[in-house]
Amino acid sequence: MYPFDYHRAGNVADTLTLRASLADARFLAGGMSLLPMMKLRFASTPNIIDLRDCEELRGIEASYEVVRIGAMTRHVDVAASADVQAAIPALAKLAAGIGDPMVRARGTMGGSIANFDPAACYPAACLALGATIQTTGGDIEADEFFIGVFETALKDGELVTGAEFPIPDAAAYAKFRHPASRFALVGVFVARFGELVRVAVTGASRSGAFRWAAAEDALTESFSIRSLEGLKMDHSEMNGDIHGDNEYRAHLVEVMTRRAVLETLESAPAA
Amino acid sequence: MPTLTLAVNGNIVTREVTSSTLLVQFLRDQLGLTGTHVGCDSTQCGACTVHLNGDAIKSCTALALSCDGGKVTTIEGLAQNGKLHPMQEAFRANHGLQCGYCTPGFVMAAVKIAERLGPNADEETLREEMDGNLCRCTGYQNIVKSIRAGAKAMLENEARDEISSSPQGLTDPDARVCNDAPQTQEQSAERKAQVDVFIENSRGS
Ligand SMILES: Cc1cc2nc3c(=O)[nH]c(=O)nc-3n(C[C@H](O)[C@H](O)[C@H](O)COP(=O)(O)OP(=O)(O)OC[C@H]3O[C@@H](n4cnc5c(N)ncnc54)[C@H](O)[C@@H]3O)c2cc1C
Ligand code: FES
Ligand code: FES
Repeated sequence: MYPFDYHRAGNVADTLTLRASLADARFLAGGMSLLPMMKLRFASTPNIIDLRDCEELRGIEASYEVVRIGAMTRHVDVAASADVQAAIPALAKLAAGIGDPMVRARGTMGGSIANFDPAACYPAACLALGATIQTTGGDIEADEFFIGVFETALKDGELVTGAEFPIPDAAAYAKFRHPASRFALVGVFVARFGELVRVAVTGASRSGAFRWAAAEDALTESFSIRSLEGLKMDHSEMNGDIHGDNEYRAHLVEVMTRRAVLETLESAPAA
Repeated sequence: MPTLTLAVNGNIVTREVTSSTLLVQFLRDQLGLTGTHVGCDSTQCGACTVHLNGDAIKSCTALALSCDGGKVTTIEGLAQNGKLHPMQEAFRANHGLQCGYCTPGFVMAAVKIAERLGPNADEETLREEMDGNLCRCTGYQNIVKSIRAGAKAMLENEARDEISSSPQGLTDPDARVCNDAPQTQEQSAERKAQVDVFIENSRGS
């Protein structure tokens, strides 16, 4: 790693003051994305501000309509939360499938969405569930928050404090894991709110997680895998690399969407 | 330089570290606890697994300063009074290692897997749980066997409590740099009480 200075403050307010006093700095949450990038010298910063003591950023609350997850809530805590398991089991399952037990013991929800890795799982959940991302600058709808690979609507020095996930009638996340890294080669999150269906895809596109409008329309029309017949994902926008070319990824999107729909139907048959 | 205070295998250590020192570098280079290994640069192999405040974590991907005030157990801290931890014993008895490079990480991860799932987890679940540890030698068969046997032995050995809460590794040559190690039983008990207070206090802050 290139050298940097380490800082931390005891709460969010002091963290923001600290941030404002430094010309250039990055926040550190679980470090599961930032530290590997810094170790490889893909990323560097003169100052690290550790969020570990911002207790107010941890925790999960569920009401009838939404589940709110604090930014510093770790994947393992989301996976194990009885509230999340009851309200949005697909979200608990998504968290339980991120990386490995050691990654889940450090990595956080806020870090995942602030980072917006093109193969990260949480952004798909945020888009499909229509989450509201809460930041120290205000609330941002997921559709406006995720902009492009590793790029979000966050301004310099703005902190993600949490996210509110509306509770769907049924949902599922189908992930085709990269065999080595366990990231999503392709992951598809399907959520049904009454008739309305939202479909978000991660891992596949060159510009990060996105909503698949054609699939949403077809499934809103009729929620069954039959509705997806003949529906093709345009492969020109898909990512291609040594692990799978763009046509393969486009095909996987179709397959994983069908799997997610089947799983959604199993969890709660369409009305 | 910033100062770091950690309870490592029951010994409270305070050292100066640079901001960018990783936990694994602190353990290996500054404390001489070289049982924790480094096998990759991408947070994937798990050779560096230790326990931090009760969780298995990858010490190559944590800043030492982020762990300040915490409680760390390394592979050196598992054996007690010269007796291997049941999980270590199970790896030995079931030939769960060949070259041994990955083994400290596997054992540390396995202790937590066993605590989470008990002795009856099926093979598929265990293989999933080992996702964060790579072994280039064994083919995993015997590692699965070892974790099963270790989990069973741990249950039978419940009395042997969470290892990290009592001071050990005291006569371990690898722990030599934790040179404030207690020498007598009384000192040990006193140290244990100190560690508990220390942990309690650091939680509150
Ligand atoms: C081996 C391995 C496997 C993985 N597998 C998966 C997987 O299958 N699926 C998946 O989705 N992810 C996976 N990850 C990534 C993991 O989920 C990370 O936890 C996550 O991407 C980043 O969260 P973090 O808390 O570690 O953030 P950090 O690494 O600490 O930070 C990431 C970025 O977000 C910024 N940031 C962090 N928190 C905030 C905040 N509250 N406000 C503003 N900015 C913030 C940081 O400044 C940094 O730029 C894997 C990681 C590893 C090492
Ligand atoms: S050395 Fe830590 S995961 Fe490989
Ligand atoms: S025993 Fe050699 S790497 Fe696992």
